[in-house]
Amino acid sequence: MASEPAEPQVAPLIAPLITVERLTRHYRMGPQIVHALDDVSVVIQRGEFVAVMGPSGSGKSTFMTLLGCLDRPDSGTYRLDGQEVAGQEGAGLSSDALAAVRNRSIGFVFQSFNLLPRQTALDNVMLPMVYAGVGHAQRIERALAALDAVGLRERARHRPSQLSGGQQQRVAIARALVNDPLLLLADEPTGALDSATSLEIIGLFQRLNRRGITIVLVTHEPEVARFAGRVLHFRDGRLIDDVNQTPEVAA
Amino acid sequence: MTAWDALRAALDSLRANPLRSALTMLGIVIGVAAVIAMVAVGAGARDQVLRQIASLGTNLIMVGQGSIARGGVKLGAGTASSLTEDDALAVLSEIPGVVVTAPSVRWGLQIVAGNQNWGTVLFGITPDYMDARDWSVAMGRGLSDEDAAQANKVVVLGQTVVRNLFGGGDPIGEPVRVFSTPLTVVGVLAEKGQNTQGQDQDDVIFVPLSTAKRNIPGMAKSNPRFIHTMVVKMRDGTDMAEAQAQIRDLLRQRHRLVAGQDDDFWMRDLSEVSATRDASSRALSFLLAAVAAVSLLVGGIGIMNIMLVSVTERTREIGLRLAIGARRRDILVQFLIESTTLSLIGAAIGVALGIGTAMGVATLAGWPTLIQIDSVVLAVVVSGIVGVFFGLYPARRAARLNPIEALRHE
Repeated sequence: MASEPAEPQVAPLIAPLITVERLTRHYRMGPQIVHALDDVSVVIQRGEFVAVMGPSGSGKSTFMTLLGCLDRPDSGTYRLDGQEVAGQEGAGLSSDALAAVRNRSIGFVFQSFNLLPRQTALDNVMLPMVYAGVGHAQRIERALAALDAVGLRERARHRPSQLSGGQQQRVAIARALVNDPLLLLADEPTGALDSATSLEIIGLFQRLNRRGITIVLVTHEPEVARFAGRVLHFRDGRLIDDVNQTPEVAA
Repeated sequence: MTAWDALRAALDSLRANPLRSALTMLGIVIGVAAVIAMVAVGAGARDQVLRQIASLGTNLIMVGQGSIARGGVKLGAGTASSLTEDDALAVLSEIPGVVVTAPSVRWGLQIVAGNQNWGTVLFGITPDYMDARDWSVAMGRGLSDEDAAQANKVVVLGQTVVRNLFGGGDPIGEPVRVFSTPLTVVGVLAEKGQNTQGQDQDDVIFVPLSTAKRNIPGMAKSNPRFIHTMVVKMRDGTDMAEAQAQIRDLLRQRHRLVAGQDDDFWMRDLSEVSATRDASSRALSFLLAAVAAVSLLVGGIGIMNIMLVSVTERTREIGLRLAIGARRRDILVQFLIESTTLSLIGAAIGVALGIGTAMGVATLAGWPTLIQIDSVVLAVVVSGIVGVFFGLYPARRAARLNPIEALRHE
């Protein structure tokens, strides 16, 4: 209505957690240029649980490494929590600053767990705090709290080889959570687990998500994706579909 | 990542392959142990030699009458009887810085006491000789000016001679005989042990120079003033080379030698002996350093090799560490600390082994050994440097890994 003052053109007070615009990444494979990611724009709000789907080679893994600050885009911008991680014309954070972002703002969960085999569960969970400069006493306290959150406090002194696959993945999730990140990035986290254990892990993700953490989960399994509130479909390096859905509840 | 965290990670990784770590350290262990043990043996030997040289006195110049080699065909050995007591007096009065000149004659002979006899060397000396050569008396008295002036028939015996003639008994006041001359024992010399050539310095007897001249048959009848050698003792801090040159000029002048003619005497400065010893021990040290350097180099290459293997084996671990927030510098430091820890543990074992070997050599072989703290410090510091230097390339390789590829590494 003309009589009413116009809505002020300011950004919302709380910016989206992830804002990606025209993100592009090429690889050179011999004579060919592979468009691993081609002109992808997407916004992810705080507290979302997003599944990223697509066949292999669709660009979902490249999207994941870019979100995870493990790689830089050739063009396009990426803002995480209001901070320009990758900007136009190669602007963005230095390598050390990216390491700090990975350390403090992002938690990684991998298909193959990537636990250090000779270290106890507790030591593995403490590892990110080693690089965050957390004092020793506090490390143990926070690591035990993180193990508690995944239900493995009593297994703190076990080595990975003494734990089941599901337990190992829960240790890895505790490690991802221990620096209290904004974003949990999970790359096929159930790929190495049987379906019952997968359901357990997905249930854990849902509980963590309900407590407020944003989760981006890469998977090629539709039965995993149905537990997410939003599904991004990739094909040939492009985002082809973006669907909001009512998630199933795992546990 | 703190240094403590890096050290823990390093020890953990070394424990993962104990045999491999131990074998890798072996080069460093052997290098360090060799350096420490050999330096200890060398230092012990040098210390012994230096003490022997110090016992001779380094501010002494020995002058002797011409030798066969010097004299050539023109002058036979000692035939010139060139050196005299007057030369000794002239050196004392004319060369600046001379404290004492002690002329002497020497004669190999049999000494008889009761039914015992012993072959030894008689020195005819002036009382100053004992002072110049640092002889002291263990029992009785030394030779006096009065003995010299009156050519008293007295003798001072070395310990070896006492042992052989009198067994454990007290020789003071006892009569002995050389050739047909009876002498009375007035003193016994304090023990000196072997000299640098391994000769027994205690197998001597001292009589006054005048007594020797008068009573030893055949001793330089042609020239009663003749002597075999003289010891010139210089004031401490004298330039020995300069003093030698002056003495040489004086003696050549007194012996009327023209330019181009060889010296009819020889001269030796005991500091030359110590300089020779110093040079040879320096050469030995250099050789040891070369052996140690090669050993540490080989050890360092071993460390580099194993660190490269380790980086490859732990590619995924490196990828993970990068993903959870390690900076490249953190990875570099971690692997550098690992290689340095490897070399320093090797060095510590080497130090223990080296000291053990040195002590073992001292007890079993009876060689004197002196463990040199600076050799220990140097060996450890060099090992540390080797660890850093040879760890640098593998560590840089680790730090430069692409995290994505590293995480996918099988």
